[in-house]
Amino acid sequence: MSKIELNDDSVVVVIGSGAGGGTLANELCQKGVKVVLLEAGKRESAASFQNNEWGSFGQLSWLDKRTTSGSWRVARDFSGLPAWICKTVGGSTTHWAGASLRIQDHEFRARSHYGDLDGANLLDWPLTLKELEPYYDKAEDKLGVTRTNGIPGLPGNNNFKVMHAGAKKLGYKNCHTGRMAINSRQRDGRSSCRQLGFCFQGCKMDAKWSTMNSEIPKAEETGALDLRPGSQVLKIEHSKMGKVDAVVYVDDNGVEHRQKARVVCVAGNSIETPRLLLNSESSLYPDGLANSSGQVGRNYMRHMTGSVYATFDEPVHMWRGTTMAGIITDESKHDPSRGFVGGYEMETLSLGLPFMAAFLDPGGWGRDFCRAMDNYRNMAGMWLVGEDMPQESNRITVHSSEKDQYGMPVPNVHFDDHPNDIAMREHAYQQGKAVYEAAGANHVYPVPAYPSTHNMGTCRMSAKSSDGVCNKNGQTHDIKNLFISDGSQFTTGASENPTLTIVSLAIRQADYIAEQMLAKNI
Amino acid sequence: MKKSYVELDESKGVSRRQFLKSGTGVLMGTLAASSGILATLAPSSSWALATKVLSSEEANSILKVTRAIFPHDKLDDAVYALVVKDLDAAASEDVGVAALLRDGLKALDKSASGDWSSLDYLQRENLVIKMAGTDFFEKIRGTSVVSLYNNEMAWAHFGYEGSSYEMGGYFDRGFQDLDWLPNPPASASPAKS
Repeated sequence: MSKIELNDDSVVVVIGSGAGGGTLANELCQKGVKVVLLEAGKRESAASFQNNEWGSFGQLSWLDKRTTSGSWRVARDFSGLPAWICKTVGGSTTHWAGASLRIQDHEFRARSHYGDLDGANLLDWPLTLKELEPYYDKAEDKLGVTRTNGIPGLPGNNNFKVMHAGAKKLGYKNCHTGRMAINSRQRDGRSSCRQLGFCFQGCKMDAKWSTMNSEIPKAEETGALDLRPGSQVLKIEHSKMGKVDAVVYVDDNGVEHRQKARVVCVAGNSIETPRLLLNSESSLYPDGLANSSGQVGRNYMRHMTGSVYATFDEPVHMWRGTTMAGIITDESKHDPSRGFVGGYEMETLSLGLPFMAAFLDPGGWGRDFCRAMDNYRNMAGMWLVGEDMPQESNRITVHSSEKDQYGMPVPNVHFDDHPNDIAMREHAYQQGKAVYEAAGANHVYPVPAYPSTHNMGTCRMSAKSSDGVCNKNGQTHDIKNLFISDGSQFTTGASENPTLTIVSLAIRQADYIAEQMLAKNI
Repeated sequence: MKKSYVELDESKGVSRRQFLKSGTGVLMGTLAASSGILATLAPSSSWALATKVLSSEEANSILKVTRAIFPHDKLDDAVYALVVKDLDAAASEDVGVAALLRDGLKALDKSASGDWSSLDYLQRENLVIKMAGTDFFEKIRGTSVVSLYNNEMAWAHFGYEGSSYEMGGYFDRGFQDLDWLPNPPASASPAKS
């Protein structure tokens, strides 16, 4: 690992070490580009991860102050915690479940395929599946995704057996243990899955890919990376000419630093990324950086989500084994006869007893609540995750009066469900219920959304600079050496878990940045 | 997380007076015979909790309110006592919480036109339900939803197995032992290797 000088203006500064930033940093380092990787959180490891839900939540989560508004239920149930994402080296790849799906061809063309929907700010991606396919190939190999590259699927756990039995009876055709970035056998120096059941808490086996256990150590080996944990970025600065040239951050001791930069890549997840651009306002950019379109912070997407849990007469022990190794993909098609556009995935999910109490029915209590908890042993669960509609008014703004511990305005997350989101959720609940009833459930519990884990779209890519914030390379339309490198780039949300696409875009972006630096265009 | 059984003290051979020396009140109990699995976690079947702020009577009443909000008929009082412990700790750090709890108990007595805690459990539950939405109710509900379910006695009771890493995960310990449904084909769920 190298030490880069603060006044070294030849470096790429990457902000955030998760799926986007961590991957981008490694890809650049592999090409010999010097990278300063700023991460707000601390560095943990497989050894320090905890098989304990609340303990791990405190260890990994981003718990800085955020506010919420809008009619979404999360604003009521978890008003100070709109998103369940991480502040740690590796970002939310420490917490993710590992589901690694490609966005479908038609989903890249949402506006032209779905048509115009009232209230939806739909747009086609400036990128096609065909263009991204070579990078999906690389990403699947990098992550060691099961059912790709000759890697066997994971063995199904009890929770999957219930899902599969119900899916089969219901006539679903595509149900298996998923495409997972979790080793079903040793690979890439990481061990195979031992079915711990704590995927969300940071995998103690390192069987699950994360930038913490894969990209960052590899980047360190090149000698080109300077990783700085405990570095909260406050502001991106720019030259008189308008190009970004430095990043101001505070370290763990509260000391402020200013790192010069040739290129700046922002990958703070879809709440912090637009917040940072907005908080970096200047006389030249009074509405924030890269915001001539007015789209920074807008079109915030969080996926249509919900869960269905069901109890049976016999034990399930759903918490045993890989949390999300189970999927039904039949509903991820676009079939407007169901009453909505886009589709959704059904994926196994389990929560331990502590989190089941917290999330089963937020605010819940009483005999019905207790009956569900009393049957915890006999419970199976699935997560429903589908495409939600981008809306201009769903957005991240910076708060007019609330400040964080560094004196920076906190982000507000505003979200209202689109009627399409609601129709899809109702359909998904009904189908989830049908799966479990087909498997013999005695009671089914539709469970509302958790704080958002899939945050997308707040600096979206667009062909035209008036429609979005960045181009198909994640390069901002307004500032050539400023890049968006996380899920904020997503033009639309699609129905798939976003990480594989974030990684693919980061690999692609690294090629572009290296090329542009060589050509001295940036 | 601390092991929950050590959060309660062993009360065998110790008098209430001795516990009272260290605090304001004391909650004591004996694990029910039906709580066999909890007894394996506890050093003895008798437990006690010395409180810092709440009197013995208040602590007993708060435990009953907690039972009324989360009525798991078969869950031992020892687990509910952990909620009382956390509420007592909160009350010791914030006089506002102490006042909230005491005022709530007074309100319950008022609605019972007498001693609420001496009513039978269904009557108690009905009066507590009428307080839903009040700060008193929400304080106890919000504390319980974490404290009641985030301890090893609760895990043992509800069948949750907690940390698995030390045991090598579930790879050889039943992650696919469900036998009342057909097994998926290998194409959907490959054999473990």
